[in-house]
Formats: sequence, C-alpha cells, structure tokens
Amino acid sequence: MNTILRQTGHVRALALIATTAVFTACSGGQTPPSGQAASPALPGQGAPAADGGGADQINGAGATFPYPIYSKWFSEYAKEHADVRINYQSIGSGGGIRQLTAQTVFFGATDGPMTDEQLKSAPGPILHLPTVLGAVVPVYNIPDFTGDLKFSGPLLADIYLGKVKKWNDAAIAKENPGVKLPAADIAVAHRSDGSGTTYIFVDFLSKVSPEFKQKVGVATSVNWPVGVGGKGNEGVAGVVKQTPGSIGYVELIYALQNNIAFGAVKNKAGTYLKASLESVTAAAAASAASMPADFRVSITDADGKDAYPISSYTWLLLYESPTDKAKGKKMVEFMRWAITDGEAYAKDLGYAPLPDSVVKLEQDALGKIKVQ
Amino acid sequence: MAQSPTGRRQAGWADPLFRVGTGAVAVLVIAVVLGILAVLVNDSMLSVRKFGLSFWRTRVWDPVAGDFGALPFIWGTLYSSVLALLVAMPVALGIAIFLSELCPRWLRQPLAFLTELLAAIPSIVYGLWGIFVLAPAVRTLQVHTPDALRRTPFFSGPPLGVGMLAAALILAVMVIPFTATVAREILKAVPVSQREAAYALGATRWEAIRLAVHYGRIGILGAVMLGFGRALGETMAVTMVIGNNPQVALSLFAPQHTMAAVIANEFTEAADALYLNALVEIGLVLFLITVIINGLSRFLIWRMVRVRPTRVVAPVKVPLAA
Repeated sequence: MNTILRQTGHVRALALIATTAVFTACSGGQTPPSGQAASPALPGQGAPAADGGGADQINGAGATFPYPIYSKWFSEYAKEHADVRINYQSIGSGGGIRQLTAQTVFFGATDGPMTDEQLKSAPGPILHLPTVLGAVVPVYNIPDFTGDLKFSGPLLADIYLGKVKKWNDAAIAKENPGVKLPAADIAVAHRSDGSGTTYIFVDFLSKVSPEFKQKVGVATSVNWPVGVGGKGNEGVAGVVKQTPGSIGYVELIYALQNNIAFGAVKNKAGTYLKASLESVTAAAAASAASMPADFRVSITDADGKDAYPISSYTWLLLYESPTDKAKGKKMVEFMRWAITDGEAYAKDLGYAPLPDSVVKLEQDALGKIKVQ
Repeated sequence: MAQSPTGRRQAGWADPLFRVGTGAVAVLVIAVVLGILAVLVNDSMLSVRKFGLSFWRTRVWDPVAGDFGALPFIWGTLYSSVLALLVAMPVALGIAIFLSELCPRWLRQPLAFLTELLAAIPSIVYGLWGIFVLAPAVRTLQVHTPDALRRTPFFSGPPLGVGMLAAALILAVMVIPFTATVAREILKAVPVSQREAAYALGATRWEAIRLAVHYGRIGILGAVMLGFGRALGETMAVTMVIGNNPQVALSLFAPQHTMAAVIANEFTEAADALYLNALVEIGLVLFLITVIINGLSRFLIWRMVRVRPTRVVAPVKVPLAA
C-alpha cells in the first residue's frame, strides 16, 4: 500500500513540478505555487483540506523528499488539534526557499541547507529545523552478476568522474576481493532534475575526492562529466534496470520500497555499510556533538563505525521572528510534537528518525523562536 | 438570426457589440503574447547581461560555477523535433490519405476516433511507456546495429536505450495524431469536383489522390507545422527518455537534452538568482525560436499562395511552445 501511495505521489509530484515549472517560468517565479488548487493530497491520508484557506491555515512549501511524512504528520496532528490546519506544497527545495524568502508561505522545507547568500537575501533570520533523515544508495546492474558490491567514496567519485570505465577495473576489484566482474563498460546514471538526492550524493563525493570537488562541486544540479540523466528516482532506477552495466544512485526509501538491491559504502571509520534506517540515524548521532547552533550541518562522511556515509537531514525552515505570532506559536507547538511523538511515524514511511541528542538540541532552539 | 421576435431592433446594437467583443478577445491574445515576452525578458536580465549573445553558442551548463550556455539545449530541441517530424510526416500523411480517400466507410469512424484518442494520452504516460518499453526496445536495436553503421557519427556511442533516438520516436508517436487529424480534415475539404474532374479526364485513383494532396498542400503544411510546434514544446515524455545530458552530438544513440526539459528539470531547485535567470532565458530562447519557425512556415505558405492562389488554407498555426 505504501509503495503504491508513494509511486502515485511521485508521478503526481512530477506532473506538478512540471506544471509549476512551466507556469512560474512564464510568470517570473514570484507567484504562489500554481499547483495551489491542483495540489493533490495523498489519497487516504486525509491531509487537511485546502478549502478556501482562511486565516487559520498555515501554508508551507518546499522539498518533495519529506512530503509523505509531512503530510502524515499534518493529518495526524490535525486529528488532535482541530484548530491547526497546515497545508504543504511539495514544489522542490529551491522553490520552498524562494517562496519563504518572498514570504508567500509561512514555512519552507529543504533537503540542502540554505547558503549564507540565500540567508542574507531573506527579510529576517531563518531557522533550520531538522525533521527526519534520508540516505542515498548506489544501485547497479551488472551482466551475469548478482550479489553485493562494496564501494569506497573515492571509487564512486572516480566512476562519476568517468575515470573508472570498466566493471573489471582494478579500483573496483580492490574493494571487492574475490568478486569476479565482467569487462563491461560502466554506464553512469544520475538525476537530471534538481534534487536533494543529488545534493547529498555530490556532497559526499566532494568530501572524499578533492578532484570531484574541484571539477563538479556541490549543488542540487551539477554539471556531470559523464552519464545519462534520469528524471526522479524512478527515472534513474529505470535507466539502471534497463541498462546492463549501469550504476546510479537513488534515495534509500525508494530502493527499500521497490526492493532494489544496492551496494555497501565504506565510511570514514573504514567499515563497509549497507544503508539502513539505523545506520543513517547513527550517522546523525555521531555528529550530534559537533552540531552547529543553526543546524546547518552536512553529515555525509560522518565519524563512527556504524554511521552510513551518504546520509543527510532534511530541514523545515521557519523565520526566527514570525510576522504572525499566533501562527508561529502553533507551528512551534507542532514542531515539538513532530520531533517527539511524530518521529514514531518515520520508520513506517521509510525515513530514519532523529537521534535523541538532536531532538534535545532542537527543543532548545524552538524555545528561541519569538512567538510573543 | 431567429433568436427573438424583436430581432431587427436588437441587431442595431448587437452587431457592433459582437464586433467589439470578439475584437477584445483577439487583442487579448496579442496582450498575452507580449506579456509573456516582457516577463521572459525582464526575468532573464541578469543572465542576458552577463552572457549576452554567447548564451546562444556556448556549451557549458554549470550551475555550481554559475556558467551557462544554451547551445546543447537548442540543438537537442531542434534535432529531436526535426527527427520526429521525419518519422511522423509519412505516417501521418498515410493515415490522413487512407482515412479520407481509401478507407471503407465502416472503418473510417473507428479509425479516426482511435487516431484522435492518441492525442488525448497524457505525456507522462507516454514518458513511462518510453522508459519501460521503448527505451529497452531501442537498446536492443542499438546492440544489434552493425558495426559498419556504428562507426558513422550518426550511430556512435554505447547502447544506452535512452537518448536522441528514443526521444525522436516518442515525439513522433505524439505528433502523428495531430498532424494526421488536421491533414485528414484538409483532404476532406478538397472539393469533390476536383476529384471528379480528374476521373473525368481519365486519371487513375493514384493520380486523383495526388491531385487532392496537391490541392490541399498548404493546409497539409500547416498540419505538419502544428506537429512541429507540439514537438518543440513537449517536455515530460522527452525528458524521461532523452538521457538529459547537455551535449551537441549527431549520434542518435547519444543522450542529449532539450530546452523545455531543462526548465522542467531544474527550475524547482534553482534558488540562485543567476541560475534562475539563465533558466528563464532558456524559455526566452525557446519563445524566439518558436516565433522564427512560425515565421518561416508563414513565409513558405505565402510563397505557395503567391505562386498559385486560392487553395484550402491552413486552419491552424504553430502554437507557441513557450
């Protein structure tokens, strides 16, 4: 059931993104999401209806990756708090940041932290509030080979730089002693759409490979030296599935829900780990001690032998001093619920919950939001 | 006409009112087009100032470094649309001619209905079909392409399935119903007297059909251009199968990119001002190219009309892809 819901969600999100993109392309990007009216709530999840809006409705927009858990949270929370109606449009992180900056929405959401420049262009200080965690996994399709492959960060970087071209390359054999791979060409697949998934992946590759950092860099869309772009997780998974000899990267949730086999990645401590919800939370816990006050932290290539290296937070964005204090108060109360009781819904939907240490830090941060 | 007993009196103000009303709607079209142009220009100023004309001819698209050039996207859009047209045109004309000239009466309606049904399928559905059915089929074709062909620039590169060929084919399928339906209407509009005259002079069926096609050629050109406009602007289905790799390549096997696809792919996550402006400028380029192509097709029609006037004129123009 979940898978079906997610799939429909994906397709709809795609269509929605397309319409939004085309419409906003023609109207300057300052308009509220054109998907406002058409925005689908996932069937059966009973997200708060957007009928007419009204003064009480809190509107948000942003990342598509956390959309399923956010809509679950909003609907569950609304059951207990009939007066709180939160409406969320999954238009993409970039769109969320733009609309929050333009103050057309009350809160935003993003998969990659806002840059200093973006923060500066906002009318007031913005808080990053981690909500859940996600991870990115390498998927592959090698002729006449079934089994688990191991990758190191630099190896993945070299494959995505086009330097490792064959599956029987010595660099791959080095990480996989005893595994016999064919002399097939490696067909590289990546995301073509701007995406938090890409951000996490290239953030990791840039940390472990100076050459990757210099040639490609970190952003939601990058200039890939090689490969084929697939639109969305399903696009990349589709290319990998259909193309013998290919490698790609997808969200952990997507791989889990679609039963796609994925490889293990070597972390900073030298352990090969296959991503799991536990190893992603472990990556967050390992870096909690060094969490900066504004929560803008990258936890790729984290310390700790249980930490999966291609992990990341996804953030909800709020103004530190909201213009509408009443809504601000409701939103803070909601966030306190989400990062405590709400985290219980995370695993069912395929997200890694926040480690307790981060929840504590965030409770303090929520106290600083000026709602009086 | 016979709408009211006081019809004559009402006609006094009804005519001017009708003229003004329809005129206003027509002006609205001009206003919308100019409005789109103004917004596109205004919102791409940063990128226009920074890159100038080099935007049209550079090949780098690097959001991290803030370096943008549109050439691979312009190339990909035009190349895929032209290829799609080459595939679609003979098929669509064949359908149109069969339906209007040769088809048994009982088959005509069902066939016409099915053709039009193809036009109603959402492009996301075409795209998913493209990923899961067409791309693997194209890949099989690529694997079995003889080496002699693979050495030519048109068929070089590894067999990936997704790429220019898959995009052109899916576009062709999407374009066919539009071109076929309009071309059939054009052929139906060719006066029976034309055909009868041909038969009377001893023409064979083949010759009579040629005459009808010749008679309606301007309208048929309009039908083809309608398909071309559709191909230029198609986004979702193309982006799902073209491979989305901005490069200028002749190879049908190479993954490439289009203007509409890059906007749909990257607009949502583009938060940086220059990046956004560059994406809007891609929209502007697409707009201008559509205008140029539309102008060219008008010119072609004008030339034909001038040589031999009074023919069945194109009922449709190329819609603006932007």
